[in-house]
Amino acid sequence: MSATSMSSKGTGAKPAKGKGPGGGVNTLPLLAPSVVVLLIWMIVPLAMTLYFSFRRYNLLNPMIHGWAGFNNFRFLFRDPALLHSLLVSVIIVVGVIVITVCLGAVLAAIFNQPFRGQGIARVLMISPFFVMPTVSALVWKNLLLDPVSGLFAAMFRMVGLQPVAWFSVFPLGSVMTILCWEWLPYAFLILFTALQSMDEEQLEAARLDGASPLDIFFSIQLPHMARAISVTVMIEMIFLLSIFAEIYVTTGGGPGFATTNLTFLIYQRALLAFNVGGASAAGVIAIILANIVSAFLTRSVAKRLEV
Amino acid sequence: MSYGVAKKGSPVAGTIAWVSALVMFFPIAWMVLASFKTEVQAVQSPPVIFFEPTLINYRDIFSEANYLLFAWNSVAISVGATVLSLIIGVPAAFAMAFYPTKGTRGLLLWMLSTKMLPAVGVLVPIYLLCRDMGLLDSKTALIIINMLSNLPIAIWMLYTFFRDLPKDIIEASRIDGANLRQVLVHVLLPLVMPGIASTGLLGIILCWNEAFWSLNLTAHHAAPLTAFIASFSAPQGLFWAKLSAASVLAIAPILIFGWISQKQLVSGLTFGAVK
Repeated sequence: MSATSMSSKGTGAKPAKGKGPGGGVNTLPLLAPSVVVLLIWMIVPLAMTLYFSFRRYNLLNPMIHGWAGFNNFRFLFRDPALLHSLLVSVIIVVGVIVITVCLGAVLAAIFNQPFRGQGIARVLMISPFFVMPTVSALVWKNLLLDPVSGLFAAMFRMVGLQPVAWFSVFPLGSVMTILCWEWLPYAFLILFTALQSMDEEQLEAARLDGASPLDIFFSIQLPHMARAISVTVMIEMIFLLSIFAEIYVTTGGGPGFATTNLTFLIYQRALLAFNVGGASAAGVIAIILANIVSAFLTRSVAKRLEV
Repeated sequence: MSYGVAKKGSPVAGTIAWVSALVMFFPIAWMVLASFKTEVQAVQSPPVIFFEPTLINYRDIFSEANYLLFAWNSVAISVGATVLSLIIGVPAAFAMAFYPTKGTRGLLLWMLSTKMLPAVGVLVPIYLLCRDMGLLDSKTALIIINMLSNLPIAIWMLYTFFRDLPKDIIEASRIDGANLRQVLVHVLLPLVMPGIASTGLLGIILCWNEAFWSLNLTAHHAAPLTAFIASFSAPQGLFWAKLSAASVLAIAPILIFGWISQKQLVSGLTFGAVK
């Protein structure tokens, strides 16, 4: 915010000549490439999705063609898989965000205290975020959660318990565990950085006044992190809504539809069943939902962004 | 970064922090360990912790799995997409940071909103477009898509860097008779190089780990490492030690990039809202 006012003052200070916006400098050639490619990227596929969603179009059967009217949507809404996949998407997004932000905030406050080897511990802490999704999913699926040779199974046997086939018994929970492992470092890193920008004297003063660590966390640190938390929620929401690879390599959407989120459902319809029309209709639903979410986000969060 | 050194340590906080850090890092360490086991040792239960390390998996990965092709695809796609997005994004970010207009804020938020469009919503048209243009299983398609999907992040990150630079310097050099191109190349570029470097690093990290389009648009020829690793999920591909070795090689460079640039990444990963 301050930057805008500062720079607008700057342009205001040398006015008069003003051959247009931006203080007389023609910035159009600099902006145009980005704006044009992003505009194309936004509009062309969107228009095509919308077009296909009203077409009868199956890649396997060229005999099927023509307009479908709202039939694709009608089939989609009658399909229990759609509602279920929406539910799965919401559970994943909400569950992972709540867990990672809460744990991330607490860990950020803990790491904010000085201790030995803080730098190394922080590096270890954030590492999972940089691991590619297919690797994290397979390491968890095979090395850790496998019911026969996985580490958890070995630990269960050691204490005399029956090993659990995690991906069959708790499919969604297992996928969410992987996602939390990937995204906790992100939430932690952002919130920790936010805490670091805090005035140390304020904490010192609170401590001298006899505030307990809990008081400090809830009354001083948490409010200070508010903006960072809202941004973390926004970014995680963008990425978690379109989780795909983790499901693709672990459960393949199953068992049944247990871990099929909207992204995976569309993938199944489009590239496994070759039903272009139906997949596009689901794509339109996904876009509408994302727009609702993003409208809400831009209203509540984007104004916190410093433009 | 060096905050809090040479202060009295807090033993309780330190213990909790270290335990959490080790728990979080454990899967990665466990994978590294498995990569030095034989296939038989890798699936043993209870797991063997002390064993004679072998490099056979790494040798196999290089000799059999065509690993170098996948690695090259990953490098070409991430570097290509990142360089392209910088070429397009730097001028735009520069223009918005130095010559803001009434529309700048709206423009930035619009760019951010293109990032909110779910990739899956346009999976079908992109797939069909690539098929019709012969771009299925080609690096070109992935370079373009990665470039486009990271462009908003790059512009935002560059914008926050540029915004914090002293604006007077442009005025001064322009009064001295430099034209816009000269200002850009000789005055600004040296100043903004650190910002461009960390933006590039974040771009490479995001492209390297991108999986959705890689899995859906490539087969063998142009598949990057994310897709190559996914091929280990096939039932006939239960080679855990080999999978671990391939994974270690696939994540090592990016892990190191991430460690080096963690501080700058925060501003990029939050669209400049947290620094």
